[in-house]
Amino acid sequence: MKENKFVIKQISVFSENKPGRLAAIARALQEEKINIMAFSIAEADGFGVVRALVDKPKKAHEKLGELGFNVAFTDVIAVQMKDEPGGLYETARILGEGHINIEYAYAYSGKEAAVLILRVDNVEAAIAAIQKGGGTLIESSLFQ
Amino acid sequence: MRAWDPRIEEMPKADLEAMQYRLLKTLVYRLYSFSPFYHRRMEENRVHPDDIRTLGDIRKLPFMFKRDLRDNYPDRLFVSSQEDLVRYHVSSGTTGKPTVVGYTERDLENWTASLARGLVSCGLGRGDVIQVSYGYGLFTGGLGLHYGAERIGATVLPTSVGNTERQIELMQDLKATAIACTPSYLLHMGEVAEKMGVSIKDDTLLKVGILGAEPWSEQMRQRIQEWLGIRAYDIYGTSELSGPMFCECTEQKGFHVWGDLAYVEILDPETLEPLPAGERGEMVITMLQKEALPMVRYRIGDISAIDDSVCGCGRTHPRVQRITGRVDDMLIIRGINVFPSQIEYALMSIPEVGQHFQIIVDRRGALDDMLVQVEVKREAFSDKITDLMSIRKKVEHKLKNILNVAVNVELVEPGSLPRFEGKAKRVIDRRKI
Repeated sequence: MKENKFVIKQISVFSENKPGRLAAIARALQEEKINIMAFSIAEADGFGVVRALVDKPKKAHEKLGELGFNVAFTDVIAVQMKDEPGGLYETARILGEGHINIEYAYAYSGKEAAVLILRVDNVEAAIAAIQKGGGTLIESSLFQ
Repeated sequence: MRAWDPRIEEMPKADLEAMQYRLLKTLVYRLYSFSPFYHRRMEENRVHPDDIRTLGDIRKLPFMFKRDLRDNYPDRLFVSSQEDLVRYHVSSGTTGKPTVVGYTERDLENWTASLARGLVSCGLGRGDVIQVSYGYGLFTGGLGLHYGAERIGATVLPTSVGNTERQIELMQDLKATAIACTPSYLLHMGEVAEKMGVSIKDDTLLKVGILGAEPWSEQMRQRIQEWLGIRAYDIYGTSELSGPMFCECTEQKGFHVWGDLAYVEILDPETLEPLPAGERGEMVITMLQKEALPMVRYRIGDISAIDDSVCGCGRTHPRVQRITGRVDDMLIIRGINVFPSQIEYALMSIPEVGQHFQIIVDRRGALDDMLVQVEVKREAFSDKITDLMSIRKKVEHKLKNILNVAVNVELVEPGSLPRFEGKAKRVIDRRKI
């Protein structure tokens, strides 16, 4: 199927869990004038995965790859939430009722609204469920 | 060319053994007369040259060890006087104080002949361009292969080690058909070439690798052959034997130990009794014709097995299977013997991780703790932590199965583990005894 406008390319970077690794990633992005809109670090024993939404994902992938990092694209979606009590519940309820599993998520609170970034087991079904349930998805073009 | 010296290489076994006996007899008389060290050692063991009446009587002779060379540093084991020497080499001393070896003109001649036979046996000859990427200088690798390759009429490209990008350019520009280096350096070259946008398989004429100076596995051979599109041959030697000395033939079933130059025994490391063909044990080598620095029943400390049958290539000389460990590289982890080569073997069967690794041994409380660092391959990288954890579990499980001891595995970034251009030093032992 053709690319859904709501599917956003997140970059994921394998990183050893030691001082300076995040700085190395961030410096590389700065050098390419790539802006980070949202990011999170998942940590396991001895290593971690840095996940980020950036304005130029292809360029970021290229640059980090050249520097020897293990980089991958991951499809995620972004849902606009009301920045008030119950905002997260709205979105989580829709996905739960649609039997869609959230693999991981992270959020940020912007000027206009709060945004929840989601990695789910079935992206297409999640998009359909959120639209049907009255939620607001953010188009990838808004980031990228 | 079928063989460099068919008269010797295809000599009937009985004739070869008769020749070995004559050479051994001469060697023992010579040492008893001219080597104060070996004379004393024979007396301590109550052996006289007259006791050697068959080839099997070699077992009556006392052993020599690496420490004998160190204890007699620099040249007190030499039997030739300095004016008869035409060259020295000095070992890198990875396992202790450096050792000095010396050569007469005839020693160099035999060394060169041994390599000429080996290079021809793996299909090389006039018209080939052999890139020698072993170190030149005090190390025996570079100069040894250099003269062997020139002897068979090949063109030598003496690049030595280092400056890998330039090596790859020269390999392309001068159309090298063979390379002699350590297997880990060849892997490193392959990686550097890819970064330069060069595929050794598709963009060079390389067809043969003469790889040695460190232990490597059959899986590593398969990986090198598939990835780089070459035939990879094992070459064996140490400076005490002259240098790189014995090479595999196109059959790839172990390196031929030329019987006119050396006699090889495989012994049970505990009882020192000879083991039947095919069984793994400690390799003991006697150099039958060395003049300057004779080595008798030299216990190198390498573990291997012998195949005494006539080879498919027609050569009658025994083949020794690739070295699978060293008596002194052995790590003892919680009372269990562990060889780094076993870890290499285990990792080769796991496609998600690279071929480089590092072992860090430490002591946590009273227990030995072994950590193996491996690189996650780009293709295997997943955004999901659980996928990465399961790669780690898989490696831990595989290592535990092969080593019989629990091991911690740490996944590290690709390219972050040290690459070695000479001998790989893959073990960091932080235990304080």
